[in-house]
Amino acid sequence: MALLRRTARHRGAAVGMVLLVLFLLAAAFAPGIAPRDPLALKLDDGLSGPSASHWLGQDKFGRDVLSRLIHGARLSLAVGLGTVGISLLIGLAAGSLAGFLGGAADRIFTGACDVLLAFPGILLAIGIAAVRGPSFGNVLFALSVLGWVGYARVIRAQVLSVKTREFVESARAVGSSPARLLLRHILPNAISPILVEATFGIARAIVAEAGLSFLGLGVAPPAPSWGSMIGEGRHFLFIAPHLVTAPGAAILLTVMAFNFVGDGLRDALDVRGNMQ
Amino acid sequence: MRRYLFGRLLRTVPVVFGVVTVVFLLIHLLPGDPVEIMLGESAVPAQKEELRRELHLDRPIFSQYASFLAGIPRGDLGVSFRSREPVLGEIARRIPATVLLAATSITVAVIVALPLGVLAAMRRGKAADYLSGFAAMLSLSIPNFLLGPLLVLLFSVQLGLLPVSGYGAGRPLVLPAVTLGTGMAALLTRMVRATLLEELRKEYVTAATARGLPYRSAVARHALRNALVPVVTALGLSFGAVLAGSVITETIFSWPGIGRLLIQAIDARDYPLVQGCVLVIALSTVAVNLATDILCARLDPRIRYE
Repeated sequence: MALLRRTARHRGAAVGMVLLVLFLLAAAFAPGIAPRDPLALKLDDGLSGPSASHWLGQDKFGRDVLSRLIHGARLSLAVGLGTVGISLLIGLAAGSLAGFLGGAADRIFTGACDVLLAFPGILLAIGIAAVRGPSFGNVLFALSVLGWVGYARVIRAQVLSVKTREFVESARAVGSSPARLLLRHILPNAISPILVEATFGIARAIVAEAGLSFLGLGVAPPAPSWGSMIGEGRHFLFIAPHLVTAPGAAILLTVMAFNFVGDGLRDALDVRGNMQ
Repeated sequence: MRRYLFGRLLRTVPVVFGVVTVVFLLIHLLPGDPVEIMLGESAVPAQKEELRRELHLDRPIFSQYASFLAGIPRGDLGVSFRSREPVLGEIARRIPATVLLAATSITVAVIVALPLGVLAAMRRGKAADYLSGFAAMLSLSIPNFLLGPLLVLLFSVQLGLLPVSGYGAGRPLVLPAVTLGTGMAALLTRMVRATLLEELRKEYVTAATARGLPYRSAVARHALRNALVPVVTALGLSFGAVLAGSVITETIFSWPGIGRLLIQAIDARDYPLVQGCVLVIALSTVAVNLATDILCARLDPRIRYE
């Protein structure tokens, strides 16, 4: 709670938090809030603009854009949390082991990171999603293959700097097991930068999923994804621009919200140093 | 310098091997038989056998890997499954378009970011600083698959100034280059501001002004120069991001580069071509990162002795 208050002191972060709460509410209660079934077709009304019955208009199949947006929040949140969760687990394990064990384990770790980071941006995710085919699980897989590297490197750096500190030395001297050293003494000191990194990570995953869906490589249609909504809508820019602007605004606001909160968290936790 | 160069080159070798290995493994991530996925269910057994032989899929995996590796130095990345042409040739034809787009975006980004970053640093805490900070935040948050269509909406649909798609060094280049360059410009603006602020705090700037040098000259001739090394690094590192971003940007504007080729190959289930595109983009990124490090070592002697 104190952390939330300190984060909210950052003006941007306060705005970001409000937006995030809206996003979370939309995701959590999507079926209750959405005025219509996001998959219900009404081909006669295809590409209709905003009206009293469809506030944000209808897509080419006549589906209600607002309802798809609200359900899309659910997908975005699921991908964001899922990717970050999986990446965090792998990153925590790999990073702490590499930093803690050193030697060959560390060299293998660094090598693997170098190789994965050689694939820029979402290129590797595109490659993996392309061969695996569009599905929710494949999106999580494609994004996590690279996603863990950032967390692992932060953890490794923290472990390296913390493990030589006196309180760790003394814990070791009184006979703490390596696992206890890592879990009780080292990791708690590495949590702050990870928390910040994870906040940005959710935003990155949401954008990446939308990018994959935009290319038709994300979650299989007709599931409502903000990315595929833009991807389908861009073909109708001349007659139905709302098909791009509505999901676009949703992505932009959500990503900015996460980024602002991340910035605020970073200031509140006073995390400095080199973070990817 | 020679020692640094040698060491840096040596560290690149395992990365290249790793990248090649990951790309090789991609086709084995296919859920099921690659041959059946590529040909569809209606293919006759003879066809399947032929494709299987052509892709070396009839051999053990290590033998497949060995011939994949051996082909790369010879420029042999296999044959495109659809066009029956060598993959490298297909890719080579697309390189000029991607280079033109990437180079233009990077140039535009630098031209925008350098003055904006310097201005923000020198007017720290003033309106100009906040404004450029907000613009950078907005630009960093807007994904290119959204920015592209929005630019089309504004400049093609509403104003009718620029074409929706097309290829050429003139008007068709503007929207793709801006789409691709905006994120990078934002990143660079932040970077220039941050590194310059750090340099401005240092004593040599005070010393230079104390010697009677106007503050502006101290910034331009001393501080900016020192701030440039991290900026060049960021520039080099974001080249990869530009290449990755070109996949989406080229798709939006039907720009005939490697990125669009990759998506076309994916749609056609032309997996040898998919592998080739991913490999070429990743290896270009490795090469540019290497060049960036070497350039930085030349710019800053301290790096060579680390």
